[in-house]
Amino acid sequence: MEQLIKKLKGMVHLRAYRKQRDDLHFIMVDKPQLEMILAHLKNNEGFTHLAFLQAVDLIEDGKFQLTYMLYNYSTSVNLGVNVLIDRDDAEMNSIHKLWAHGWQYQRELHELYGIDFPGSPRVEESFVLEGWEEMPPMRRDFDTLEYSDKTFYQRPGRSTNDPAEYMKEKMYKNYPPSPGIRRDDE
Amino acid sequence: MSNLSKNKYSGYDADRSKYPEMENGKAVIDLDSHKFTKIWQGPQHPGVTGNMSVELIINGDEIVWAKTHVGYLHRAFEKLMERRKYIQCFPLVCRICVPEPDTNEYCVSAAMEDLAGITVPEKAQWLRTLNLEMSRIASYLMWIGGQAGSLGMGAIGQWTVGMRDFWLDLFEEMTGGRVYHMYMIPGGVRKDLPDGFKDQARDLIVRTRKLLGDVENTFLSNAIVKSRLQGLGIITPEMVDEYGIVGPNARATGREYDIRINNPYVKYSELDVKMITSSVGDAYARAELRYKDMHQSLDLVSAILDRIPEEGALQAKMPNLVNWKIPPGQTYVKAESTRGEHGFYMVSDGTGKPRRVFARGASYTHAISVLEELAVNISLSDLAALMVSLHTCPPEIER
Repeated sequence: MEQLIKKLKGMVHLRAYRKQRDDLHFIMVDKPQLEMILAHLKNNEGFTHLAFLQAVDLIEDGKFQLTYMLYNYSTSVNLGVNVLIDRDDAEMNSIHKLWAHGWQYQRELHELYGIDFPGSPRVEESFVLEGWEEMPPMRRDFDTLEYSDKTFYQRPGRSTNDPAEYMKEKMYKNYPPSPGIRRDDE
Repeated sequence: MSNLSKNKYSGYDADRSKYPEMENGKAVIDLDSHKFTKIWQGPQHPGVTGNMSVELIINGDEIVWAKTHVGYLHRAFEKLMERRKYIQCFPLVCRICVPEPDTNEYCVSAAMEDLAGITVPEKAQWLRTLNLEMSRIASYLMWIGGQAGSLGMGAIGQWTVGMRDFWLDLFEEMTGGRVYHMYMIPGGVRKDLPDGFKDQARDLIVRTRKLLGDVENTFLSNAIVKSRLQGLGIITPEMVDEYGIVGPNARATGREYDIRINNPYVKYSELDVKMITSSVGDAYARAELRYKDMHQSLDLVSAILDRIPEEGALQAKMPNLVNWKIPPGQTYVKAESTRGEHGFYMVSDGTGKPRRVFARGASYTHAISVLEELAVNISLSDLAALMVSLHTCPPEIER
């Protein structure tokens, strides 16, 4: 694996390299070089299996991190290729010509993150959300509470309690306060 | 309608002299011409593997176009997990696959342990291996029921699903839960085996082997089953890389990829797991392969029962799970489920909640890209058998 990393450093600008386990490594490359490096890894280095393509929303940096997880059958090593793209102008080259099932992941990322993949087959089709008109819901700034308040209505005669406060009042009044598990949504 | 052309992989060329007319290698499908019918298989249909549907265009009873629709049970597990503490994610993930929840539990716990640098004690590793292998048997028993049912052999399904219930009893003894076990918590396992468990398990292995003998006689040796499944849904070795096919579907084409052997996890490196492959790649080869895999799983459970240490810690020393913060990083942990590579990609940002959790299920490609490709040119009555032979599980697609 060290040899491969050395070779890749000679070919492209590797922004980062990290060995997570003996059989799992991550590299980060620049956006324009991604397609070339994936083609090289697939055709020349034996990383023929694309396990998945997924995105992480790094909202603080204004970026999406895409991860292409490749696998080499002969060396039994997973290699994750990371690339950062702009969150505001989220667009990436399509890999459907390298892997025939790549379009599925690209359709999902288009629907759930709003990342565009020009030229990818069926990228505009809906995946799990039919007729969705809001912001792509997997983006971290999508407000789930606001959406559900707007879309659904409360059944009359029902009241809402904060679970932690309510339980404290009803059950644990006589006990000292404990840290408790609470989902304090940001 | 991109997949209208003939099935380039199966080698079977349907008679296209009349319908549909071909233009630039693609079929011209005009629904107004009354030569074609559009029908839906699912989401409420006995021949569908869970809540998904396939939109079909048929010509006579031959499928000329297929498209998979999902979204009927989307519960946004991945979005929910971004808003929950690590330990609160744990009871969510087993719901991602009902017949085989333990692989999810293992993967998510192992991903957290990998990021946090926690080593699981020896005995807990053995108990995890036992739990994972038992869940493979339970899942395969359900699969036989589905495959037999899709060919109209309901009785075989009753036998195997009945036998699966005895395995669920065993899970109840071991974990307290029948369907969702929540046993492999981060750091180890929840509890030790109860008294008498090993004898109970050995007895059940004998009974399951006897049932599998009956299944072989009535199902795999059955002339009708062979005539229906042989030649159906052929996956070629070239398709494996192109479509990311894994598990028994890939091994039936000759691809030697079993994560228990290639990337051994828990205690599989100390067990004698054999690579079972075939070279035919059709639905019957997959059925045979799964049948052999079941026998291997029974052997493995038997071997694990002999080797579980009597003494030993069940859990590693863990921090306070309520305020558990995992250092920043990313990891991917995978395991061999009955459908193939099942993995979790987890990204931590140093806070008490995961930045991103992604569940990679084997059905994601099997039920969409592969099914849409293989369904073309087959008879409508064979579609259910094809879907079950790919062993798809829709919740893995939607997460």
